[in-house]
Amino acid sequence: MTSNLKAPFTLSRRDLLGIEGLSAGEITGLLDLAEEFVVLNRQVEKKRATLRGRTQINLFFEASTRTQSSFELAGKRLGADVMNMAVGNSSLKKGETLIDTAATLNAMHPDLLIVRHSASGAVELLARKVDCAVINAGDGAHEHPTQALLDALTIRRNKGRIQGLTVAICGDITHSRVARSNILLLHALGAQVRVVAPPTLLPRDIERFGVEVHHDMRRGLEDVDIVMMLRLQRERMNGSFVPSVKEYFHFWGLDEAKLRYAKPDALVMHPGPMNRGVEIDSAVADGAQSLIREQVEMGVAVRMAVLDALSRTLPGNLPNA
Amino acid sequence: MHDSRSPSPRPVLLAGGRVLDPSRDLDIKADLLIADGIIKDNASGLSSEGLPDGTEIVDCRHRVVVPGLVDMRAFIGEPGAEHRETLASASQAAAAGGVTTIICQPDTDPIIDDPAIVDFVKRRARDTAIVHVHPMAALTKGMEGREMTEIGLLSAAGAVAFTDANHSIPSAQVLRRALTYAREFNALIVHHTEDADLTGAGVMNEGELASRLGLAGIPRAAETIVFERDVRLAAMTRGRYHAASLTCPDSLDVLRRAKEAGLAVTASASINHLTLNERDVVGYRTFFKVAPPLRDEDDRRALVSALAEGLIDVVVSDHNPQDVEVKRLPFSEAAFGAIGLETMLAAGLRLVNDGSLDLMTLIRAMSTRPAELLGLPAGTLRPGRSADIAVIAPDEAWLLDAAQLKSRCRNTPFDEARFEGRVVRTLVSGRTVYEYV
Repeated sequence: MTSNLKAPFTLSRRDLLGIEGLSAGEITGLLDLAEEFVVLNRQVEKKRATLRGRTQINLFFEASTRTQSSFELAGKRLGADVMNMAVGNSSLKKGETLIDTAATLNAMHPDLLIVRHSASGAVELLARKVDCAVINAGDGAHEHPTQALLDALTIRRNKGRIQGLTVAICGDITHSRVARSNILLLHALGAQVRVVAPPTLLPRDIERFGVEVHHDMRRGLEDVDIVMMLRLQRERMNGSFVPSVKEYFHFWGLDEAKLRYAKPDALVMHPGPMNRGVEIDSAVADGAQSLIREQVEMGVAVRMAVLDALSRTLPGNLPNA
Repeated sequence: MHDSRSPSPRPVLLAGGRVLDPSRDLDIKADLLIADGIIKDNASGLSSEGLPDGTEIVDCRHRVVVPGLVDMRAFIGEPGAEHRETLASASQAAAAGGVTTIICQPDTDPIIDDPAIVDFVKRRARDTAIVHVHPMAALTKGMEGREMTEIGLLSAAGAVAFTDANHSIPSAQVLRRALTYAREFNALIVHHTEDADLTGAGVMNEGELASRLGLAGIPRAAETIVFERDVRLAAMTRGRYHAASLTCPDSLDVLRRAKEAGLAVTASASINHLTLNERDVVGYRTFFKVAPPLRDEDDRRALVSALAEGLIDVVVSDHNPQDVEVKRLPFSEAAFGAIGLETMLAAGLRLVNDGSLDLMTLIRAMSTRPAELLGLPAGTLRPGRSADIAVIAPDEAWLLDAAQLKSRCRNTPFDEARFEGRVVRTLVSGRTVYEYV
């Protein structure tokens, strides 16, 4: 790779807690760096020594096979020692507070802490109590920055740009940290964002985020470049937010008929795991316009980029080493 | 109180201050002579006349002498949660804030829903507290919202009003009967107006900010719907009703109509909602997590205007001590509540200093009006009345240091806040219980 010839990209911050506060330059820098890791990940020899000697702890208070394994692989490919904390089996859930947990982990001198928690703001709270770099792997309904970055990388590789595209984010916006991070990132890079959902799944004052609000899928998808579907949690399907799975799929599930309202070359994304037949039809999920598998691949590359960029500013590392 | 423990204090002359007494619409420069625990006289030039032997003369030039505050809504952990606050520690905090009467809430453990517990609290307060303490009793047994408490017996035991504290009573029928029955005893019913279903898992004001922070919101309608229902019940029953803490213009409109219709409906606003707004929670700062939630700046301004015009009757501290274990948590998991006894006057003076209201209005809402509503002989500087007094240095600038607070818990939303004006002396029944040096 050519990166040895120029100064490595760094983030001028210790933690990545959200897309909020990232500049367009920082986002683009991360995406450019991730491109290099996409190449690396497709080679037989996938390992780097960037994080050799570093300890990465994956602390997932909320189970997530996909994101956790993506971070694990990213750390290992960069040479870090990676430990997964199985929160469910430990004292962490038995009355120990988040701050106690932070103090305990901090005493183990990790360099990178990857945290997922069901409460908005919990990762920021934990980050204030530790000395290492913290990456938010999803906090409540607040942010999921690496998901937004991997979505952006996927879009950019397929469309060549983000600027000027129209992206429709569809489904349970209210409870979605993916939606929030994506809205922030897509706006930062100059895309138009629409949200499409039944009114019960739209957060209050969502229009003040600068998005176009639609309740009707057909109108919402009209002439869009990207359709981003969101997962609908099972407990919200039966009368509390929408009447039934059947009705939800009928009006808001993405099938081929609805997808035809988008641009002919529109692409379909989903952060996973999918509920086939609830928010997305299998024919679309597995169809020619789907980028869903590529998103998973980009996930590893983007997380390597984030780990790499943050590690450059860790103590003991010279920024240009 | 302490009268039983020590001889009555030496006479005091508060000399040369601005004496402000909302109970008489009085705002004059005068001396105030206090002896035997009561206000003996107030006029100018008292110092030149024959003062009682041993009178302590306190120079009150550049000071404002006001009736001690009556805080109508404070949670104290005694009995049952003494780690949060005791009657003694709450009274120390109150004295430092110019509060001479605390009305404590019944959501203790056990709940104050039995005359014996009213009696216990009063005796504990007499023995340990340095300010007056009067309990409110629960309106329903166990605060379960189903069966009314012994309103008559509890009143006789010394409960000054009836409330289910932070619980709203879901049943209109229960509240209707309670309002009807309470009339017989002229008892005041204080109600927390919140629809529990609409509030749901909400933790802050519903709106753009909550949406951005990814926090579940509490809509204003959760308050107004219940308050509107309550006003109709007050009209049906002609009972005496007081809304515990209103926060938004829609509720204020309902209040205005109720008053115009001549109903016995009154309302409080908390000092938090008058001086803070939802922007303060940015950064997931749990010390700003209160119930009802802080609203936006337009709501705050509307509330201040309502206070200035007298629509809002009472300002409360809504003092709610919470220890760090329940506050240093993710925002959605942290406890609601902020302490306020010691800061309510200083925070209220911000509204006077920025020209939103005059000092007379503020002191009326923090002292005279709550005393009237509760039927307490407080909130006045009238000669012959108990000498419960706060002396304020209105120009004193200071920075709040939470570590210096007297409350057992430090969950103040005003840590490191700049204030202008502070309490420099507090007297309860003629005895100086706090002095700033």
